[in-house]
Amino acid sequence: MSYMKKSPWIIHYDGSSCNGCDIETLACLTPLYDAERFGVINTGNPKHADIFLVTGAVNAQNLPVVRQIYSQMPEPKAVVAIGICACSGGVFRECYNIMGGVDKAIPVDVYVPGCAARPEAIIDGIVQALDILEKKREALRSGKVEELESKDSLPPMPEKTKRKEATP
Amino acid sequence: MSNILSGIAYILFAPLVGGLLAGIDRKITAHMQRRKGPPLLQSFYDVFKLCSKQGISVNRVQDFYVGGFLLFVIISGIFFFTHGDILLVVFTLTLASVCLIVAAYSSNSPYSQLGAERELLQTMSYEPMLLMMSIGFYLTFGTFNLADIVSGPQIGILYMPGLFFGLCYILIIKFRKSPFDLSMSHEAHQELIKGIATEFSGRTLAMVEVAHWYENIFLLGFVYLYFVWSAPYSPLIGIAACAVVFVLEILIDNCCSRVKWQRVLTSSWLVSLVAGFVNLLVLMSLR
Repeated sequence: MSYMKKSPWIIHYDGSSCNGCDIETLACLTPLYDAERFGVINTGNPKHADIFLVTGAVNAQNLPVVRQIYSQMPEPKAVVAIGICACSGGVFRECYNIMGGVDKAIPVDVYVPGCAARPEAIIDGIVQALDILEKKREALRSGKVEELESKDSLPPMPEKTKRKEATP
Repeated sequence: MSNILSGIAYILFAPLVGGLLAGIDRKITAHMQRRKGPPLLQSFYDVFKLCSKQGISVNRVQDFYVGGFLLFVIISGIFFFTHGDILLVVFTLTLASVCLIVAAYSSNSPYSQLGAERELLQTMSYEPMLLMMSIGFYLTFGTFNLADIVSGPQIGILYMPGLFFGLCYILIIKFRKSPFDLSMSHEAHQELIKGIATEFSGRTLAMVEVAHWYENIFLLGFVYLYFVWSAPYSPLIGIAACAVVFVLEILIDNCCSRVKWQRVLTSSWLVSLVAGFVNLLVLMSLR
C-alpha cells in the first residue's frame, strides 16, 4: 500500500507570465474546490513538497530560481507545467529575455496547456502527476536510483547570451 | 505493575490516538470553514508518505536533535502515565522543546532561525504557567506524585479554576493553534513558511509530527488531572473535559488570526500572573 498518492503536497512558482494561470492555480486551492479533501497541501517549501507547479515561461532572471527550487525537493518529485507559457513559452516565446518553456530549466513530467489553464485541467494535471510520482517512488524503492537520477537530473544551464533561434 | 502497563500502552497507543485526534482536528476545522475536509486518517497518510521520501538533511546533527525531541517527549509521557513526579514531567517536556529549538538553530536558514527564536519566546511564555500548575497540585494534594493526585479525595478543578484557565490558555501555544502559532503552524503558508520545521524533510519531519501527537496526548492528560478524583466514574468526566477543551482550542484556532510575539508573551504572562498566581495565593491561605 502506498501513501504517495494520498498526500500530494505542492509548491507553486510563478515565472514570467501574465498571472492568469497563477490565479487559476490558486483558485484550485480555494474552499470551493477544497483540494485538501485529497490531501493536497500548498506547502510553499520545496523541502516538504512532492509536486512542483510552475506557471509562466522561464526568463534569464528566474532560471536559477526555478532550478534551485527543483533541486531542493527530495525524491520522488514531479513537475507540472501549467499554461501554454510554461509549456513552450507561449506568446512570450520571441521575447529577448525568455528562454522558452519550463523544460528548458528543469525536467517536466506533465504539461497542462491552456491560456489560461482551467482549474479542472490543472487538477487533472496534478492527478496525472500522482501516477508519475508513484512510479518514481517504486523506482526509488527498488533501488533504481541511477535511472531516476538520469530522468530527474537538471539539464545543462542554457547560455544567457546565446542568440535565440530564428523565428519559424 | 499497572503503572508499567499504562506506560507501555502510552508508547503504543498515543501515536494512534494522537494521529486520529489530528485527523479529527482537520475535519472539524474543514467543517467550520464549510468544506468537506480530508479523510480522517489523512495525518497517517502524510506521515507514511514522508517516511517514503528521500532523506535530505542539511547537516549531521539535525536528525540527532529531532530524534532527541521525539525521545524526550516520549520519556516525559512515560513519567506521566506511570504516575511519576509531575515536576519531572514538566522539566523533561522543557528539555524536549529545547532539543527542537537546537535542531532548528543548527541550520543557517533564516526561516528556521527565526522560527527557533519565536519558539524560544513561546517557551518563555508558557513555562511559568506549567510550573505554577505543578505548585498548585502540590498545594492542593500535598504531593507532586501523580499517583496520589489521581486517587486523591479532592476535585482539582474546584480548588484550581484559575490554574485550569491558565493551562487552557497556554495549551493554545502547545497545540500550535492560532493566535499563538508563531513558530510552526499546521496551516502550510505562514510568514515563516513552516517556521522551525522549514529545514526538516522526509523522515525528520515525520518524527516531528509523531512527537507532536505524543505531546498532545499527555498535554490533554494535564486537563484530565483536574477532573479526576477517587470516585470510580471520574475518569469519564476527565475524558469528557479533554474533549471539550480540544474542541474549544480548535474553535479558538478558527476564530483568531496570528498575533505578534509581544502579544503572546505579555498576554500569557498576564494570564499566568492574574489567574495562576492569584489562585496559588488563595490555595496558600486555605492551607
